[in-house]
Amino acid sequence: MTTTRNRVLADIRKAITQGQRPDHQTHSFDVGGIVPQALSAEALVDMFAERVTEYKAWVGFCRMAGLSAAIAARLALAGSRYVIPADFPAAYLPQQEFVRDEQLSHDDIAAVDGVISLSALGIAQTGTIVLDAGVGQGRRVLTLLPDYHLCVVFAGTIVLTVPEAFTRLRASITERRAPLTFVSGPSATSDIELNRVEGVHGPRRLEVLIVDAPGH
Amino acid sequence: MKPDSVIIELSPEFSVGAKQALQNTQLRRNMGKATQTIRAKRAAVVGEMHDWEALRDAGERIKADTMAHLDVYIEQLEQNISAAGGQVHWASTAAEANEIVKRLIQATESKHIIKVKSLTTDEIRLNEALEEAGITAIETDLAELIIQLAHEKSSHILVPAIHKNRSEIRELFQKAMNLPDLTDEPKELAAAARTFLREKFMTVKVATSGANFAIAETGSVCVVESEGNGRMCLTLPDVLITVMGIEKILPRWEDLGVFMQLLPRSSTGERMNPYTSIWTGVHPGDGPKEFHIVLLDNGRTQVLGDSVGRQTLHCIRCSACINICPVYERTGGHAYGSVYPGPIGAILTPQLVGTEHAASLPYASSLCGACYDVCPVKINIPEVLVHLRGRVVREKHTHVAGWLDPESIGMAGLAQVFGSRLSYEAAQSMGKLAQWPFVHEGYIENGPGPLGAWTAMRDLQAIPDQTFRQWWRERNVHDDNAQ
Repeated sequence: MTTTRNRVLADIRKAITQGQRPDHQTHSFDVGGIVPQALSAEALVDMFAERVTEYKAWVGFCRMAGLSAAIAARLALAGSRYVIPADFPAAYLPQQEFVRDEQLSHDDIAAVDGVISLSALGIAQTGTIVLDAGVGQGRRVLTLLPDYHLCVVFAGTIVLTVPEAFTRLRASITERRAPLTFVSGPSATSDIELNRVEGVHGPRRLEVLIVDAPGH
Repeated sequence: MKPDSVIIELSPEFSVGAKQALQNTQLRRNMGKATQTIRAKRAAVVGEMHDWEALRDAGERIKADTMAHLDVYIEQLEQNISAAGGQVHWASTAAEANEIVKRLIQATESKHIIKVKSLTTDEIRLNEALEEAGITAIETDLAELIIQLAHEKSSHILVPAIHKNRSEIRELFQKAMNLPDLTDEPKELAAAARTFLREKFMTVKVATSGANFAIAETGSVCVVESEGNGRMCLTLPDVLITVMGIEKILPRWEDLGVFMQLLPRSSTGERMNPYTSIWTGVHPGDGPKEFHIVLLDNGRTQVLGDSVGRQTLHCIRCSACINICPVYERTGGHAYGSVYPGPIGAILTPQLVGTEHAASLPYASSLCGACYDVCPVKINIPEVLVHLRGRVVREKHTHVAGWLDPESIGMAGLAQVFGSRLSYEAAQSMGKLAQWPFVHEGYIENGPGPLGAWTAMRDLQAIPDQTFRQWWRERNVHDDNAQ
């Protein structure tokens, strides 16, 4: 083991010192390349909603006060048994039974009609939701096995560009060592004649509820 | 070079494979349709990024910096993965990597593994190595599954079954999954794969994956995918084994933000791919309890040591160069005889296995440069192709037989002719005389001898009665008179 490690490292060093090796300094160039043009908060949310919709996900809006009613309305359409992360805020939930994820087995999770989760942030330019195992998001398998995912995104967490999202997510990695999942629409494949077909292994139905609030 | 260290299976010369492929009209139709679809999608999503060129520059600089200090970053990565509860293994050859993976699986006593699509494990032929040890690898990516069920080889790095159309896929699934009523509707085909694989995801306890990126600074590993099969393999099993080429490292967390803009748009022509997973070691209570990563060299340090060829390691496997290539569009991927086809394969494969084992691949290009224009990290593929052609010729000239083949003799003769004005003009005069039996309306359509191979596909313009040099001299005289 150690000998292989040393051999590979020695081969790398030999290869990179053959030519001119620039001084090692953490590169400081602008990795974003973009100076985001200022968008009004409203335009940002509109762009996010429009681009999520383009992935064939359903998008709805509500106010904080109407969140539980909005959730109830969507769930009525999809089935009857829903799983939620153990720490999902009770105040957001309608008056009905939910399966809380208290060490559920994979089979238990796969057997429900759907899952409800919060999210870390949204990216408007790409219509992406990011989950970082924060409050109300649960472990990764929870938003993976059920066929329906209702995801709550707070308008204040939506950023315009991918680099902005990475800047915000740095703390999730360095402070909590959280696993991250980027979700852009329901699962899909381009493997048949390079055309996008929605619905393979992940949730085949993704619904996004945008709440007019800075965060939870 | 260490050919024994690299297990890329190579078929015969590119020209042989290409000729065979060109005769398959179904293949040409499938390829034409698929590549045109994906090109249009890419062009649309790249077009809406007003800073695309700046992004490409950033991608290129990050990769160049990574390669220049790979020793520093790889040790940093190792340290951070270990600190996060992952176990780091090193392999300088394909055989070493396969051995490590095999032992890790054997320790779990599992006879099956589920796999996330990974070119690196295709390159080292992991499935075959495991099969010898009695371990069955189940491919979970839709296209990889199609290829596995058909017992065929991949023809595209992103969509290995790009050469198959929907009705061919239907036939395959009907048989393999025992679904006689299955239609060729893509939605239904995808649903069939979902049902078929769900049981495997729920029961198999070991998974393998490749990696699109790994962040030195944080020890995070990233897999970019579409179907959710990646998420299944990365979260459901108890043990996860990732095999990653040493060139996949990025120095800083924010660098990944650059590549998450470049890759999806260049690859599937989407603003963002459906799912991206990023994990850092082991996450207690969430996902695998054991995480292993195998850092693989397998010829990469040889590429790193070549100042022109090194940029090949910048590749993020998006496949934009493959989709745009006029040669690939017509021949498909199998003609290249490697898991890496198309323009990137034409430069990567010969460098990994040694040009002596893949001497025809640097010539599998018209040098039109379309690949360079679309490359998200600006790999100058034509430059590397020409560089490798030079290497092929130099290697040929290390033995006498190489000097004596007709092409070498012809080239040596041409070097003489082009070497001085006198001999060049004398050759022109002689050519004018010698060509007359072959010229038809100003063109040579059927050249004599070795020239015949060239004129079989194209016409050669005949040497005109008045050459440019003659015209230039007379023009000067004329101008002098006018003054």
